[in-house]
Amino acid sequence: MHEASIVEALLEAARDEMLRAGAERILRLEVTVGALSGVNVEALRFAFDMLAPGTPAEGAELDVVETRALCACRACGEENPVEDPFSACPACGSVDVRIRGGDELLLSSLEVEEKSSAAG
Amino acid sequence: MKIVSAKKILAGNDKIARENLEFFEKEGVFVLNILGSPGAGKTSLLEALLPRLRESMPVAVIEGDLATSQDAERVAALDVPVVQVNTEGACHLDAAMVSSAAEALDLPRGGILFIENVGNLVCPAGFRLGEHLRLVVLSVTEGDDKVAKYPPMFQKTQAVALNKVDLAGALEFDEEKVRKDLERLLPGGRFFRVSARTGLGLEEVETWLREERACRFEETSG
Repeated sequence: MHEASIVEALLEAARDEMLRAGAERILRLEVTVGALSGVNVEALRFAFDMLAPGTPAEGAELDVVETRALCACRACGEENPVEDPFSACPACGSVDVRIRGGDELLLSSLEVEEKSSAAG
Repeated sequence: MKIVSAKKILAGNDKIARENLEFFEKEGVFVLNILGSPGAGKTSLLEALLPRLRESMPVAVIEGDLATSQDAERVAALDVPVVQVNTEGACHLDAAMVSSAAEALDLPRGGILFIENVGNLVCPAGFRLGEHLRLVVLSVTEGDDKVAKYPPMFQKTQAVALNKVDLAGALEFDEEKVRKDLERLLPGGRFFRVSARTGLGLEEVETWLREERACRFEETSG
């Protein structure tokens, strides 16, 4: 369950971005998780629900965008998205392929609430 | 307000890992991160390799486990400097743990530091520690389907040691399947057939380590 460590890192990265923007609360987080990143999205959500309370991201929405890897075929030259690192070329069925990407694990964007100017 | 970040979530760990690597390079220490399931034989492989290497270069070990210092005691019994890291439940080592452990260690300058990760085929894969290379220890007792089932671990290493090959016959272990899966996930990666128990194949691992160390640290020496 390394998703807990990943969420801790996510919350820290998000807090840094929030502070840099002069904001004080995170409303929404968008993360990108590759199909070959080794991260389980359900476990990630569970860890977020457990760890966000007490941080500026408490109550924030967690949007997860799942990305696939790219299968470049040496036989037919096509490039197609795949989810399995052992995929054959979806276009021609050749196994003479190179699979790349799909291991992304990114904080893509966040939505923050700005400090109200009236606050002292 | 929306902020576009596009930052790696583990960028913080990656940064400490880079600092660790710079530190190890400055100190002339070659670092190997050893990964694999519980019971694959990571510590046994170390116990077999350390006495061979120690004759010609300093060696040291950082042992990662959830609990106990049993592995560190096994290494210490060989008179090799060792620091035990207990992760207290965490399923992997991270770069900050290695940084603290390295401070407590008698560094093997001019030699090799081995970091034995927590036994786990999933979680440690994404956490760089500041190592030069990785070696995944896979044992025939785990079954020949593990490369296919745990791809990130095998995509992110440079070498795999198949351990306990002396038992392969009794277990009807399909080594061809493992090799084929590895060719897909790790083209050009090194593959060793070893038995930490009988000593089979250890010489190849030892030679590989010496060469990898030498090509990084010995270009200026005569």
